[in-house]
Amino acid sequence: MSTQTFPISRREALSRWANRHRKWILSGPALVFIVLLLAIPVVYTAYLSLTDAESSLRADFDIVGFENYVEVLTDTERFWPAVLRTVVFTVGVVAVEMVAGIAIAVLLRREFRGQSIVRTIIITPLVATPVAIAMLWRLIFEPTIGFANQLLAFFGLPPAGWLSDPAAALPTLMFIDIWQWTPMVVLIVLAGLTTVPEEPEEAALVDGTNSFQRFWYVTLPLLRPTILAALMLRSIEAFKTFDILYATKGAGGGSAHEAETINIYAYGTNFVDNRYGLASAALIIFFVMVLILVVIQLRLRGRNK
Amino acid sequence: MTTVTSTRPAAQRADRRRALARRRGYSVFRFVAIVAVCVIFAFPIIWLFLAAFKHGVDIYSADKTFIFEPTLDNFGSVFGEQNFLPFFVNSFIVGVVSTLLSLLIGLPAAYAMSRFRMGRYAAVVLLARVVPSISLIVPWYFIFVKLGFTGGYAPLILSHMFLSVPLIIWILISFFDGLPEDLEESAQVDGLTPIGAFLRISLPLSVPGIATAGILALIFSWNTFLFSLILSGSATKTLPVAIFNFIGYASIDWGGLMAASAAITVPIIVIAIIFQRYVVSGLTAGATKG
Repeated sequence: MSTQTFPISRREALSRWANRHRKWILSGPALVFIVLLLAIPVVYTAYLSLTDAESSLRADFDIVGFENYVEVLTDTERFWPAVLRTVVFTVGVVAVEMVAGIAIAVLLRREFRGQSIVRTIIITPLVATPVAIAMLWRLIFEPTIGFANQLLAFFGLPPAGWLSDPAAALPTLMFIDIWQWTPMVVLIVLAGLTTVPEEPEEAALVDGTNSFQRFWYVTLPLLRPTILAALMLRSIEAFKTFDILYATKGAGGGSAHEAETINIYAYGTNFVDNRYGLASAALIIFFVMVLILVVIQLRLRGRNK
Repeated sequence: MTTVTSTRPAAQRADRRRALARRRGYSVFRFVAIVAVCVIFAFPIIWLFLAAFKHGVDIYSADKTFIFEPTLDNFGSVFGEQNFLPFFVNSFIVGVVSTLLSLLIGLPAAYAMSRFRMGRYAAVVLLARVVPSISLIVPWYFIFVKLGFTGGYAPLILSHMFLSVPLIIWILISFFDGLPEDLEESAQVDGLTPIGAFLRISLPLSVPGIATAGILALIFSWNTFLFSLILSGSATKTLPVAIFNFIGYASIDWGGLMAASAAITVPIIVIAIIFQRYVVSGLTAGATKG
């Protein structure tokens, strides 16, 4: 191209320059946008985490070294219980969502009349505004007027405190999350099932296996990459859950912090207690945890390829 | 499984009958299970809409669960006393503007990342989807306040874009990966520049992908709570934040709260029904390709 010798117009030159560097001209704006909004905050958080910034946002603050990290990591009253709750919540909901999601996907796999209506029903929890969903469950689980206790009464069981009972709040929230996100696993597995070839299953059918054996030994191994992808997506999302926790229990996660996960803890420390330095230290720790989770899962996935 | 040792016709017939019975048994089980799944996932939403049309006292009454006299009072308080219309406008403006701007920068980026196999940069984009919102909003808030950059639409739109751009790039990379390069190449042979081939050939072909990404981004923005909670001012509140107006210190206006929740959810459900295929493929994009 550069061998051309006749003069070219400025427009032509610009066009040629743009085309030569199109890789960066096309991807540059988005990359700059993401890096600006991602890297600057993370660096700034790391900086704040080493300071005693608190109360007024405009107040001066000093570098205090790793004091905040020491305070967070030795806080056995709120931080560590919050970590434990986050882990229990994540592992619990993801386990149930995976099993239920795969089962429902297999159930819906073969075509039947009304399939598209069922799909619409399944998608609704996924796309509905999480805060609105939280409000709806708040009413269902309201101890005196909610449907949940009406249902218990119908079966002759004593009423439960649900979200307002410190011992039951976290399991109830896990139930809500499972209700909302199991459909995600269903959709992913259904999409994965369409890519699974039918021959191995047919061969197994000819070999006289029953349907459970076919599922367990033939379909499931073929679905492995899909299932791992769903697992990864759901565990990262579950780890970050904020909306339903805040909308049902508020900042602080209830009177005994019974629904306080790391997310809610960081929110409360920063926006309620206004201890920006301390919150930043907690956020850096949280950030590292998420990264470790991602790396572990990428390794898992890599080994499967 | 079944006995294959016998070859007598009578035994064969019995076998076949048993197999048929088992298959019918499975059909019944399958039907019951599918209905159960529908009830579990649809009931709470139906309940929400029922409650939205109930008089305050009927919400409190156990025998008025399904049969009651419908009322529009709750919607009256949503759009009357609480004046929710501006919040709808705010959510709409933030959603549409952030989605369009995100498409503007995300679409070419996804194209370049697909064609130039920029895997490492795509990983940076993925990282943006993985980072917890809370660990961004804390420093953003700090920086925005210091810059005097709060209260208006701009910080809201920027923060929502931070969610949409990675989503759009992620969906469209897998879309462009599936779009054959031959067409662009032959267009270039015919005299189009590479960018021209992208604009005139690939772009029109990627309308379904753009629709998928745009619809998903719009839904995500509509639903986003944490960023809006922190960054919106009293004049720019979006719906998920405004809904807390119904929760007072002493009591909760359940009727109004349910009507507001229903009103927020309806547009999304309508979109999900109309564009079901796009919504499903957007939600599962990237997950099935490994």
